[in-house]
Amino acid sequence: MTLPRPRIGVVQFPGSNDDRDALWALAALDAEAIPVWHATTELPELSAVVLPGGFSYGDYLRCGAIARFSPAMAAVAAFADAGGLVLGICNGFQILCEAGLLPGVFRPNESLTFVCRDVRLRVERTDTAFTARCAENQQLVIPVKHGEGCWFADQDLYDELEARSQIVLRYDEAVNGSVHDVAGVVNERGNVMGLMPHPEHAVDPLLGSADGALVLASLVDAAREQALASV
Amino acid sequence: MKATVLVRPKEGILDPQGQAVTDSLRQLGFAITDARIGRVIDVEIDDSDRAGARATLERMCEQLLANPLIESYEIVLRENGT
Repeated sequence: MTLPRPRIGVVQFPGSNDDRDALWALAALDAEAIPVWHATTELPELSAVVLPGGFSYGDYLRCGAIARFSPAMAAVAAFADAGGLVLGICNGFQILCEAGLLPGVFRPNESLTFVCRDVRLRVERTDTAFTARCAENQQLVIPVKHGEGCWFADQDLYDELEARSQIVLRYDEAVNGSVHDVAGVVNERGNVMGLMPHPEHAVDPLLGSADGALVLASLVDAAREQALASV
Repeated sequence: MKATVLVRPKEGILDPQGQAVTDSLRQLGFAITDARIGRVIDVEIDDSDRAGARATLERMCEQLLANPLIESYEIVLRENGT
């Protein structure tokens, strides 16, 4: 029996530029990936949502600060509120933080330079919908490309997140000045995650690494389970 | 009414731009101990009532202009034309 292909929406904001890669990667991993326009007020029937990387609204004011008020984001917030799976990649992560769907906030990289290279990451949790295919403490190599990837939470907030095991991915090397080298965070409920590295750029050995497929395929698995549960 | 909103990185928040400017000013021979970089937003608001305008500007800051996790803001109201 062939497994059903869960339908996953990729939101396209003005200035998104990794939406097509995300659509391609999700389709390659057996999802039915469909674009969702930012001006839409209602999401189609979806089992998961991906907010892609890019420079939504030119990164004006603060990265993600304007995109969070787009009509589609109200629908994404309602979707997440109902328990829907949402993954934010890079600019998508920034948007989720600005929207208050994930904790923390982003600052310019400590180096003040744009970082664009493969980085090593450590998987801190494998019991999430986004990392279930990874092994405990596995090292992943996935590229980053960002100028404002320095994730910040004050000590109190960080301690809370640590106590609730909400830090899912950590850089294994100095990348951007993020507090405690945080690279990926999940919300308390476990249905919303953001990460700065780009798994959609690392789903095939031809691209230099296929480690990103572990993250996206985990999401596809979880989305499929959601789709089957709702039948 | 015209207003200026000043948005600053909160104390203790890493400000790499400010740090770079501090270093440059020192290299130029200025004896400064610190420089921080924030943002200035000039707003024209259709409200002649100062209290009302201030309340509206506060909402703007809370919702969009500043991120309370890392930034503080200051609202300076000015009379028309000044």
